Amino acid sequence: MVPEECTYTKEHEWVCHEGGIATIGISEYAATELGDIVYIELTEPGSNVKQMDPIGTIEAVKTVAELFSPVSGEIIEVNEAIIEHPEIINRDPVEEGWFLKIRISDPGELDNLFTFEEYSEFLGEQED
Amino acid sequence: MALKTPLYDSHIVRGGRMVEFAGFLMPVTFEGIVAEHETVRTKVGLFDVSHMGEIFITGPGAVDFADYTVTNSVAKLDEGQICYTVCCNEKGHVLDDLLVYKFSDERILFVVNAVNVTKIFDHLQSIAPEGLEVRDLTSGIGQIAVQGPAARDLLSSDPFFSRVAARIKDLDYYRFFTFEHEGAEILLSRTGYTGELGYEIYLPAKMAKEVWDGLLDGGGKYGAAPIGLGARDTLRFEPGYCLYGHELDEDTSPLEAGLSWVVKLKAGDFVGRDALIAEKEGKPARKLIGLEVMGKGIPRQGFTVHHNGETVGKVTSGTFSPTLKKALAIALVKRAVPKEAEGITIDIRGRAASAVRTPLPFYKGSVND
Repeated sequence: MVPEECTYTKEHEWVCHEGGIATIGISEYAATELGDIVYIELTEPGSNVKQMDPIGTIEAVKTVAELFSPVSGEIIEVNEAIIEHPEIINRDPVEEGWFLKIRISDPGELDNLFTFEEYSEFLGEQED
Repeated sequence: MALKTPLYDSHIVRGGRMVEFAGFLMPVTFEGIVAEHETVRTKVGLFDVSHMGEIFITGPGAVDFADYTVTNSVAKLDEGQICYTVCCNEKGHVLDDLLVYKFSDERILFVVNAVNVTKIFDHLQSIAPEGLEVRDLTSGIGQIAVQGPAARDLLSSDPFFSRVAARIKDLDYYRFFTFEHEGAEILLSRTGYTGELGYEIYLPAKMAKEVWDGLLDGGGKYGAAPIGLGARDTLRFEPGYCLYGHELDEDTSPLEAGLSWVVKLKAGDFVGRDALIAEKEGKPARKLIGLEVMGKGIPRQGFTVHHNGETVGKVTSGTFSPTLKKALAIALVKRAVPKEAEGITIDIRGRAASAVRTPLPFYKGSVND
């Protein structure tokens, strides 16, 4: 995925949209903030979710974070590789470390999300 | 406003991610918790523990007074010896856990947790007899912990410490010595809180950065690296060491927390002794146990523990153990929970995760090597 072409949430997820399918992961910033990720739980494929529904749990050594769905739709695939080897996410959050794919039911929701520029600005505010 | 330790600038240069802890800006990680954890288990890591509190008790009767304020026997210490202990209130509950250093009968050092410095200092001041001086010298003292199997080799080969290399090599566990540098006293003790061979250095704050940078920059051969608070916690967790605010607090007795070995009920009076004698006779209501979560999820502090459907206690510390690669918890539970208990679950955000008892400590390191 190309970071500049993705959209982002306030919860530091990235969404890469292509042909009605959204691939979802967490940003470099989130992976660094969480630290060493040791365990991932994701909602099963086939589930229908609404925007902002919890769709997974990310456990790092010292902390835990919920993953919220940035879009509504059907989960069609989860990344088994990160479930087996969660450390992939810390190493490569934006390519190999993707979480799941959702068939989008309401493409309009993507407009609620940050563009890359907006997200960068948002991160700047977080660090202040 | 948060305080900076004398090593703050070095942490920034070395890429430390700083957080506020007990009123100090401290590094939580450098390279990452797991990598730092492994450094200490296999090589040697350096910790900035300058936030810890140093309270000196000096004057005639210092040993007797120290003995009266903690549960362990300070009177039995040799000069140059240290004990781990707790300081209790009248209820026999823990105000803090600490190290007591005996320089002489008239000079004692208490090393207390950063969060409790003021509390313990005020407590000591309020009960100290006339003529005894109780001073909090925390702000003038830097403290560095050097921990890991290569700690002895690193320290004894370091140019700053080479003058005392022989004494470092001969230093036994929980013993210390002091030496002079530019007119100031530097203390070196064979102590630490990681389960590995290790030392702690106490020195004037203004000298701390030079010594810290020297050890790190010259310690490449031994794999020396700076370690943050994150790994400090996972490193103390695996050997089952108590942490104030987790296993210990003012609602918990040392007998419940598995610290009866530091409670010397027959060695003379101390604050909380009557309560602890009564508690021991009636058997403590709770005990600390180790648990391993089978299957998914990581237990965290505060999660409730259940046995056959009944709530029996709560997790005091829980994490993914970097060394053992397991989700482990230390939990404070009702004494009645049997050793071979089956049917234990931990409530992980609404899901009952099954857990089995596993002996504490989870891990034994090179501490006595």
